Amino acid sequence: MATTNAGAPSAPAKQGEPAATPSKPVINDFSIQVATVNGSGSQSANSVLLRSIFTMGVPVSGKNLFPSNIAGLPTWYTIRASKHGYVARKKEIDVLIAMNTETAREDMLSLRPGAAAIYEESFNLKQYRDDVCCYPVPFDKLTAAVCPEAKLRKLVKNMIYVGVAAQLLGMDMKAVEDSLRRQFAKKQKAADLNWGAVEAGFNYAAQSLTKHDPFVLERMHATEGKIIIDGNAACALGAMFAGVTVVTWYPITPSSSVVEQLIDYLKKYRVEPDGKASFAVVQAEDELAAIGMVLGAGWAGARSMTATSGPGISLMAEFAGLGYFAELPGVIFDIQRVGPSTGLPTRTAQADLLSIAFLSHGDTKHPILLPANVKECFEFAGAAFDLAEQMQTPVFVLSDLDLGMNNWMSEPFQYPDKPLNRGKVLTAEQLQKAGEWGRYKDVDGDGIPYRTLPGTDHPKAAYFTRGSGHNEKAQYSERPEDYQNLMERLARKFETARTLVPAPVTVQTGKSKVGILAFGTSDFAVMESRDQLKKEYGVEADYLRIRAYPFAKEIREFVASHERIYVVEQNRDAQMLSLLKLDLPAAETTKLRSVRHFNGLPIDARSVTDEIVMQEGI
Amino acid sequence: MATTVTNPGPKVNRIGLPVIEYRGGKTTLCAGCGHNAISERIIDALYEMGVQPERVMKLSGIGCSSKSPAYFLSRAHSFNSVHGRMPSVATGALLANKTMMGLGVSGDGDTASIGIGQFVHLMRRNLPLIYIIEDNGVYGLTKGQFSATADIGSKLKTGVVNDLPAIDTCSLAIQLGATFVGRSFSGDKKQLLTMLKAAMAHKGTVMLDVISPCVTFNDHEGSTRSYKYMQDHEEPVGEVGFVPSFEEIDVEYEEGSSFDVEMHDGSHLRLKKLPENYDPTDRAGAVKTLMEAHENNEILTGVFYIDTQKPAFTDLLNMVDEPLALLPQERTRPGKQVLDEVMARLG
Repeated sequence: MATTNAGAPSAPAKQGEPAATPSKPVINDFSIQVATVNGSGSQSANSVLLRSIFTMGVPVSGKNLFPSNIAGLPTWYTIRASKHGYVARKKEIDVLIAMNTETAREDMLSLRPGAAAIYEESFNLKQYRDDVCCYPVPFDKLTAAVCPEAKLRKLVKNMIYVGVAAQLLGMDMKAVEDSLRRQFAKKQKAADLNWGAVEAGFNYAAQSLTKHDPFVLERMHATEGKIIIDGNAACALGAMFAGVTVVTWYPITPSSSVVEQLIDYLKKYRVEPDGKASFAVVQAEDELAAIGMVLGAGWAGARSMTATSGPGISLMAEFAGLGYFAELPGVIFDIQRVGPSTGLPTRTAQADLLSIAFLSHGDTKHPILLPANVKECFEFAGAAFDLAEQMQTPVFVLSDLDLGMNNWMSEPFQYPDKPLNRGKVLTAEQLQKAGEWGRYKDVDGDGIPYRTLPGTDHPKAAYFTRGSGHNEKAQYSERPEDYQNLMERLARKFETARTLVPAPVTVQTGKSKVGILAFGTSDFAVMESRDQLKKEYGVEADYLRIRAYPFAKEIREFVASHERIYVVEQNRDAQMLSLLKLDLPAAETTKLRSVRHFNGLPIDARSVTDEIVMQEGI
Repeated sequence: MATTVTNPGPKVNRIGLPVIEYRGGKTTLCAGCGHNAISERIIDALYEMGVQPERVMKLSGIGCSSKSPAYFLSRAHSFNSVHGRMPSVATGALLANKTMMGLGVSGDGDTASIGIGQFVHLMRRNLPLIYIIEDNGVYGLTKGQFSATADIGSKLKTGVVNDLPAIDTCSLAIQLGATFVGRSFSGDKKQLLTMLKAAMAHKGTVMLDVISPCVTFNDHEGSTRSYKYMQDHEEPVGEVGFVPSFEEIDVEYEEGSSFDVEMHDGSHLRLKKLPENYDPTDRAGAVKTLMEAHENNEILTGVFYIDTQKPAFTDLLNMVDEPLALLPQERTRPGKQVLDEVMARLG
């Protein structure tokens, strides 16, 4: 199948040959891939599997590889259990659960020797591989026995594989039941029916299958106190606790669930005792309108946001330039997917970086926050609203499909300890005292001017906002010096942003000549790759994770203190490397080397390690 | 004690402001441009209605029309946004602060071509905004190309003939859900002023298409947006009268062909001398009348349609009474116990 690239055997194995001999148990360190058809309701079953492992205290991550389709096309869900806490995608599949007749053969062929395969009996997959541990299961027969209602069988069938896997992998059935009952918390009947299916699968495996693969799960205590959440929900929570009041959106995968989940939270926690809402949500006619509403609301003083993905970002380009030039706050979440154009709308990438950094025409640049995990989705959402109002400019938060739509373990989020920073807004009283003011005057030397909000009760409060040339008093101007002054101040303001954005996170020994730079979800793979490099090649690579643009000064220092810098990113054109080149002194740019991953799947550690080892000439 | 002669000072309105407080910067539009006359009427209407200048937000797109908010009411915040997208900016601004009066100025290119998508959705939402189209049938700022409101068969100065039908913004607005729809003419001082005053008393989208001749590019023979053409083809649908809430209603008014509408703030819109059986609350009838007039080469003016019952978008959203923009942190950031509760559920 297309989702893994582990070596497949060249020729099908002969019938009747024994499967791989059991080896030393592999405990809490393997991956499971469930191959199904989308729309078949396997999501609940996969969630139960994921949460059961989590409940057993074993670090776990789950990734949904789904097609741009509602029903009938192949979909894969991969679960990785890792006692080391690695949550990046693992390239190699250890345990396959093959439920999709169309992809079963390919799924089987992609396994590496020694892997395990649970599959629908009639697929007869053993014929393709004699080096895989095979577990044929009569799913339909088992389902029919526990689910008298024919129309529910398609859904219930998925729970059979949960039971089979639970038995074969030695899962704690208490953990499985807890997870299942939690999944169907409000539906007692459905919970009972599905639990019956899990038990049927479990019993079948216990009676009819002989385990001969090495993969087992054992209870650990590594997930205590942790939560499981997707990045989009984390962004939504962050926005709510940042006091967002105006939310606009246009549905687009993979960003829709940011606003959908935000609506749920707002309805629950931001409706006042009299039943009135301290927020407004508008589903706009398109992304052009969504960003227009955000900037209109920001101009009038509200904390406003929208969430979108690549094609929406393109449509927002003109307004983004207006926001920069007219100095309007607003927060835009970009949950990146694979482009250009429709690209692979349900696959992940980090390929909107350059287009966002300079989104629009003319000399434009925008602050970008780069969360790498769900905790940072929450925190950076809050930071983005503060930054947008402090800087009076649109601020972008770059997440991606992998982070946004998948479930991740995390430490619980911390309640924000700082009050909202609403930026430099003059009240009527302050205006009265000041006497004169200029909307675009750099009073404090940080490039950030003062603004007033519409409705400020003072005859001198008003000013004229425009995308055309203006002077410090916001009057129309085409004078060369006015334009140049304004553009220089905006550049100064951007320099100020360097000191306000989240600082990078660095892991370094201070002795290594090799450094790695990465951002966003590449972090998981890089962290694991560093361990591989050390363990397998004796290379200790220092690491700096970039968390925002404009680049904090620490990034320059990190590059200066290393001989070779590997910039790891999930796009074809080395976009982060290009952006760094624009920022770094020319002499430093020759140190930069590129590690890129752009096949639509989340980057994995092995790919990073292999590439660095090759470029290092080891 | 000697008698002191007090200077009576300039005439002031009901909130004590002279008309000069409603003025704006000096216009940079062409002398004789219809848009300047509209700006003057807006100033008069705001003055006569006694609107506090700081309570208004002026919003516009791009084009000659959209420059005009700079030429009235300098004491109000104004936002000259991007081409065809003023409706979204206005929507955001009014959601942020629903207590403000929204005054939008657009043009026929800004509305009916590049902005038609946002125009359509603005009308649907019934956002409380006065949306004025300064309609001259051409792109002025790019030197005289046809717009989508130009009539079929009308001629450019260069002799180019328009062979596509005009978009009738009034019929469209009525069909889509605007709740106060009318057309006027920049040269008709009395009617335009009355309609603007009534617009200021309405809660919901007011769509006013104001024919405003472009003296430089579209005031010639063969144009259907020239002063001359308007003089010959304007057909008022009745007479528009308005009694603001702060004035006494005159008891006499003609029954029959007149129509009295009580507005949200207690003002009265009075349409007199209407054609027989014309009902300005009947959408289908209004659209039919407009289409028939168009076929007869008549340019109808007046208030065509009004609905004071349909909720405005800002009411539909059931927001708190205060502007969202001004809510304190205590009302926009839920407490720590809320985060704890959410975290506990995810654990």
